Amino acid sequence: MEFQAVVMAAGGGSRMTDLTSSIPKPLLPVGNRPLLWYPLNLLERAGFEGEAVPGLGRRAGGSPCALPPSWHHLRRSFFHLVMFARCAALAEEVIVITRKEIQKMLSLDTKMKLDFVYISDNVDMGTADSLRHIHQKIKTDVLVLSCDLITDVDLYKVVDLFRTHDATLSMLMKKAPEPTEVAPGQKGKKKPVEQRDFIGVDDTGKRLLFMANEADLDEELVIKRSILQKHPRMHIRTGLMDAHLYCLKKYVVDFLVENRTITSLRSELIPHLVRKQFSSPTSLQQGLDNKEEGRKKKEQASLDIYSFIKEDNSLLKPAPDNSCWNDHRGDMNETLHEGKVRCYVHIMKEGLCCRVNTLALYIEANRQVPKLLLNLGLEEPLVHGTAQITDRGMVGSDSIIGSSTQIGEKTSIKHSIIGSACTIKDKVKITNCIIMNSVTIEEGCCLQGSVICNNAVIEKGADIKDCLIGSDQRLETKAKHVNEVIVGTEQLMEI
Amino acid sequence: MAEREAPGGEREPCRASGAAPGRGVSHVAPVPGAGPGAAPSVPVVVQGPELSREEKLQLRKEKKQQKKKKRNEKGTAAEPPEPGTAADPAQPRVTPHPASPPASANAPNDGEKPPGGKSKAELRAERRAKQEAERAQKQAKKAELGQGAAPAKPRLTPTEAPSVVKRLPEHVQVDDPAAQRKLAKKLERQQVPLRQDYGTKVNLFSHLHQYSRKKPLTQQMSIPSTVIHPAVVRLGLQYSQGIINGSNARCIALLEVFKQLIRDYSTPPNEELSRDLVAKLKPHISFLNQCRPLSVSMGNAIKFLKKEISCLPDTLREEEAKEKLQGTIDNYLREKIVLAAEAISKSAFEKINDNDVILVYGCSSLVNRTLCDAHTQTDRTFRVIVVDSRPRLEGRETLRRLVRHGIHCTYVMINAISYVLPEVSKVLLGAHALLANGSVMSRVGTSQIALVSKAYNVPVLVCCETYKFCERVQTDSFVSNELDDPDDLIVQRKGQAQLGGWAENKSLRLLNLVYDVTPPDLVDLVITDLGMIPCTSVPVVLRVKNVDQQ
Repeated sequence: MEFQAVVMAAGGGSRMTDLTSSIPKPLLPVGNRPLLWYPLNLLERAGFEGEAVPGLGRRAGGSPCALPPSWHHLRRSFFHLVMFARCAALAEEVIVITRKEIQKMLSLDTKMKLDFVYISDNVDMGTADSLRHIHQKIKTDVLVLSCDLITDVDLYKVVDLFRTHDATLSMLMKKAPEPTEVAPGQKGKKKPVEQRDFIGVDDTGKRLLFMANEADLDEELVIKRSILQKHPRMHIRTGLMDAHLYCLKKYVVDFLVENRTITSLRSELIPHLVRKQFSSPTSLQQGLDNKEEGRKKKEQASLDIYSFIKEDNSLLKPAPDNSCWNDHRGDMNETLHEGKVRCYVHIMKEGLCCRVNTLALYIEANRQVPKLLLNLGLEEPLVHGTAQITDRGMVGSDSIIGSSTQIGEKTSIKHSIIGSACTIKDKVKITNCIIMNSVTIEEGCCLQGSVICNNAVIEKGADIKDCLIGSDQRLETKAKHVNEVIVGTEQLMEI
Repeated sequence: MAEREAPGGEREPCRASGAAPGRGVSHVAPVPGAGPGAAPSVPVVVQGPELSREEKLQLRKEKKQQKKKKRNEKGTAAEPPEPGTAADPAQPRVTPHPASPPASANAPNDGEKPPGGKSKAELRAERRAKQEAERAQKQAKKAELGQGAAPAKPRLTPTEAPSVVKRLPEHVQVDDPAAQRKLAKKLERQQVPLRQDYGTKVNLFSHLHQYSRKKPLTQQMSIPSTVIHPAVVRLGLQYSQGIINGSNARCIALLEVFKQLIRDYSTPPNEELSRDLVAKLKPHISFLNQCRPLSVSMGNAIKFLKKEISCLPDTLREEEAKEKLQGTIDNYLREKIVLAAEAISKSAFEKINDNDVILVYGCSSLVNRTLCDAHTQTDRTFRVIVVDSRPRLEGRETLRRLVRHGIHCTYVMINAISYVLPEVSKVLLGAHALLANGSVMSRVGTSQIALVSKAYNVPVLVCCETYKFCERVQTDSFVSNELDDPDDLIVQRKGQAQLGGWAENKSLRLLNLVYDVTPPDLVDLVITDLGMIPCTSVPVVLRVKNVDQQ
């Protein structure tokens, strides 16, 4: 087995609480599929592409949900107690599946062996903590994905960087999209509060040399001399978005197990690894410092990432003097400067890659997804077969409509996604909306740019623009709302 | 330039006149028997008439019989002689080559005959006679072989036999759709994806593969690779990206990975390790071959390993067998590469005198090591001129290593060699492989350096371990070579790439050749782990090695 994939599907969606207060983040419908389906599908596509098994290569279309029943169960029964259970799916143990298991999995509508790990909900664990939690299950290098990643990247590009350069870490980045979408409830044109990342790459644009977040910086960007000595040319880029897709060596997980201070992959481990590329492994000086400063530092030194690197894995180990390849020129140093920790990044130039972690991005993702689904070549049509639509001509070609939804006469639907079992009566206008399951919209409503959660009821003649309507909400007849968030107060209390 | 003829070409009847040295048009042909007596450079032509003689006799007999029969029948008077005469010139020319194209050329003849009035029985007799002739021919060849190469054991003959049947290797038949289909089928069976060729090729080289680095084989594979061992996937990528580069490095890395493969291997029930392991290795080898065509050193190592595996006694338990194999691989690495390099660098000391100016080319791990050893272990002072060429600029790596050892170096590009050669006292070259006719296969440019050195009367020494000796015969660098990614030739200057859009220009083709062949008369000496030999002694070494391995 070469890789194990870990899907981090435990994020609370803290930046989109209005949405996630009623639906756990991994289950948020995006294009009528739960968010978690997308990373799982990415893995599945990668794992089964090129495999000469035509029957298995295609997804059996139909069920929009790739989740085992336990998920729904979990959601239903613990909903009021549990925020979200943390789940890590250990996928791709394809080699060990027996025939019986394949069948079982097909009934779950996925061919991968998914191993769901639940993390108790009263502990707040970071991503690194979760990885540490399941370290016993990790036998090989890991591919860590966040559940909110929707992308059509060729996974091999990221993985090949990891393989070719025998890297410690390889990750995926994408030029951050311009925030075009104005989220409902947002007052005025607020600047995005997200802090910028500064990413330093080398000439080839693959080696990750430097990483800093605006939040950690004072006035200036400090770059260590050792980086510049080894890489005199460095391109510093901003405006890149981390896709939260990491290939990590097994020894990084071992390192995490020992080093309990690290709680988050993104904000602690990755920058640590990037920094470590240019610091020497427990140099003599450090040893002296240790003596002076006592025990504490010694402990840290023993937890150095270098002590976890297994020698037999190192690149060029068999042929240090023999290969005439070198990654740099103009100095007298050894190939790769004898650095043992190497971080690489694949920066996507085109294609779809978005993370669903804010309401605006959620709306944006829903907009992009019909294209992605078409590209995936799924057999399922955008308009589900069981949907009853009176006026087909009024439904835009880029709209998705779920199963057993009823749509009345003279109702126009444009650029919208409508879930299953919804009832939309006559003469309704829906533009740029996301409507989840079992929503009832009565006659003469006009919805624009809004998100409407499960089981909401919108009575006759309501006019809604750029709003977020929470679950089980009921809007009065002829209600008029612009740019509002309408969520039940009880639910807000629960958070 | 044109005055100097290729040495192989001189003896060959069908040489192209006025070709550049070492580029005489000829064909790759395996040495028959690899015997020392058989002149290595005249492999095919001698064979032809000799063998066809018997056959001619038989054919004549056949024809006489046919004529007799026809006279007896008297049925069709005018027509029978025609097909007979038509077949006459065709058959002797065709039959000496049992390879496939002549066979197909024969077929229409057969088809014509029935209307010509021959009976089925006649045809059958004819066919039988032909088959017998071919069989006799094969046996004659085998007998020759037995005398030449393997006097001791008959076991060797079956392994040699297929090389005598002139089956062209797949990697020089890219322009032949049939061969490609065969390859595709083989790969499908082994569940290895087929790598697509990239871009247009120069016509002369359309029979070779040309891959793009940007389109790795892993594109078509599942991410946790199921068929191919992860270590092999990694190695293949490193080969194709040029991270592991150089004949020795590639061979060492290959053997290390195979060690890992053997360690992770477990024999399935009802299978024999010696058979199953060889079968398991096959898809891995084809995968690596797709990433980059195997080097001669790797080919030899694989041959050795396969032989070791098949020679494993059945009595060994699995663990023992695996341990034994790993031990033999370690031995191979130590004896054939590490100790050989040591021996070579020792004997090369003798050739390096005080105040020598030594010219080296590209990056040869062996030459680098030799020079570094000579510098540190002797008190002779010498100077090195490093010659380099685009696109890889491997000479910079040589430069870096030599300067680190404190050797006085000069760095020039290959187009300046005639300026530096007057001061050079010796040329020291590495080799990718040494071929059975004494030709040196090495990084492209080596042949040119040897040629100019000859013109300046500078001795050319080639360092090469004996495990890189190859039974192939090659007199030019066209037939069997490797094409590297043409995009490597694109240079970025001030953000502009002149060749950037070469693929769109239909009349522009790029050639990034990897190897060339230096004819033996340009090489004065080969320094091997067996001592210093002239390059014409390669067949002797190969024969001794074959006997040793028995």
